Amino acid sequence: MNKIFKNAKEATADIKEGVTIMFGGFGLCGIPENCIASLVEMKVSNLTCISNNAGVDDFGIGLMLHQKQVKKMISSYVGENAEFERQLLSGELEVELIPQGTLATRCMAAGYGLPAIYTPAGVGTEVANGKEIRSFNGKDYLLEMAFDADFALVKAWKGDTLGNLIFKGTARNFNPLMAMAGKITIAEVEELLPAGELDPNEIHTPGIYVNRIFKGENYEKRIENLTLSK
Amino acid sequence: MALDKFQIAKRIAKELKDGYYVNLGIGIPTLVANYIPEGMNVVLQSENGLLGMGPFPKEGMQDPDLINAGKQTITTLPGSVFFDSAMSFGMIRSGKVNLTVLGAMEVSEKGDIANWKIPGKMVKGMGGAMDLVASAKNIIVAMMHTNPKGESKLLTQCALPLTGVSCVKKIVSDLAVLDVTEKGFKLLERAPGVTVDEIISKTQGNLIVEGEIPEMIL
Repeated sequence: MNKIFKNAKEATADIKEGVTIMFGGFGLCGIPENCIASLVEMKVSNLTCISNNAGVDDFGIGLMLHQKQVKKMISSYVGENAEFERQLLSGELEVELIPQGTLATRCMAAGYGLPAIYTPAGVGTEVANGKEIRSFNGKDYLLEMAFDADFALVKAWKGDTLGNLIFKGTARNFNPLMAMAGKITIAEVEELLPAGELDPNEIHTPGIYVNRIFKGENYEKRIENLTLSK
Repeated sequence: MALDKFQIAKRIAKELKDGYYVNLGIGIPTLVANYIPEGMNVVLQSENGLLGMGPFPKEGMQDPDLINAGKQTITTLPGSVFFDSAMSFGMIRSGKVNLTVLGAMEVSEKGDIANWKIPGKMVKGMGGAMDLVASAKNIIVAMMHTNPKGESKLLTQCALPLTGVSCVKKIVSDLAVLDVTEKGFKLLERAPGVTVDEIISKTQGNLIVEGEIPEMIL
């Protein structure tokens, strides 16, 4: 069993036009920078992207938007991205906005082998349009389907040769959920260690969920909103 | 005088109780963290995966892997813990978070809230707001009483697409503190120097005024 790839280019080489891809990260925190750069270079298009946010104009998924590689975006919050807003309002880009907890839980359901979940988020709003509503203990819930993604691209802090992953700080966010949810999960890590080097007590994502792993390079880790105390 | 955003945050901080787990939304709600009373133990939840959010870092101490839901750089505190986004909304849905404070574009007299979309103009998305308002036991809205045109944002019915239905419990605006009751907005306090008549004239939804309305103590 070899899960180790040399770099993003090799790990993402079979990502074809028209597939559905999950991207870990919250804002620019914990995004798979190397994989995104590879997709930008490949210019693979007509993609459906599942990601909490859509990057900013010149970084993250924003880079793919500029090349019109994205057909449909499934996100919870897409502010701070002028090109995104332009494509959305002009109708060039299909967008499905869903509650953040619903996004996370639809990933979780896929990783747990559950076809769907019930959540109260969005009851009585336009998010509920066309969805089954069921009442439990007097409260209404929406039926939301597990995601079905061809690839999940995630970023971890440390990983080992068996694909076990550890995340750092709030860069964890959607990464472990999406890692569990992709048909093929590609993990890029800051540090790639031999199996046995990570403490089994501290592993967040078991390697069974990870198909490919590589050591990422040149992480920019751009800060979107630097806020300091005096 | 109408309150400024810092005074709104300060007034909301008076609603905090020892031992509360609190989620603060983006904007004015974030400022509430500056007014947590000395000695009170309040744990701030950030829905991107942190309990125990600390202050903004000092220059040079910022960590790109440590942000809040507004994507601002933050710090941890002793006892802080990180988790993934599903667990984050798990603790919200299961009612473990005691108080949610968020902003609004409109609130109705039934407690409906709209804060995520202006059709044809602004589409940023709901983020975690729909999950929070659908599950939180106690929701306080921090908002301006009127929009820049002077029109009331406290309405009989929201005109904008809803974020949640019958969920807001209390509003702290620049003019007043109000409870959302079965019969409408109930005026509890007015901002220093603001008259009841002004609040009545700037509240489009049903407003209940009973007896003397005290000034807020800030």
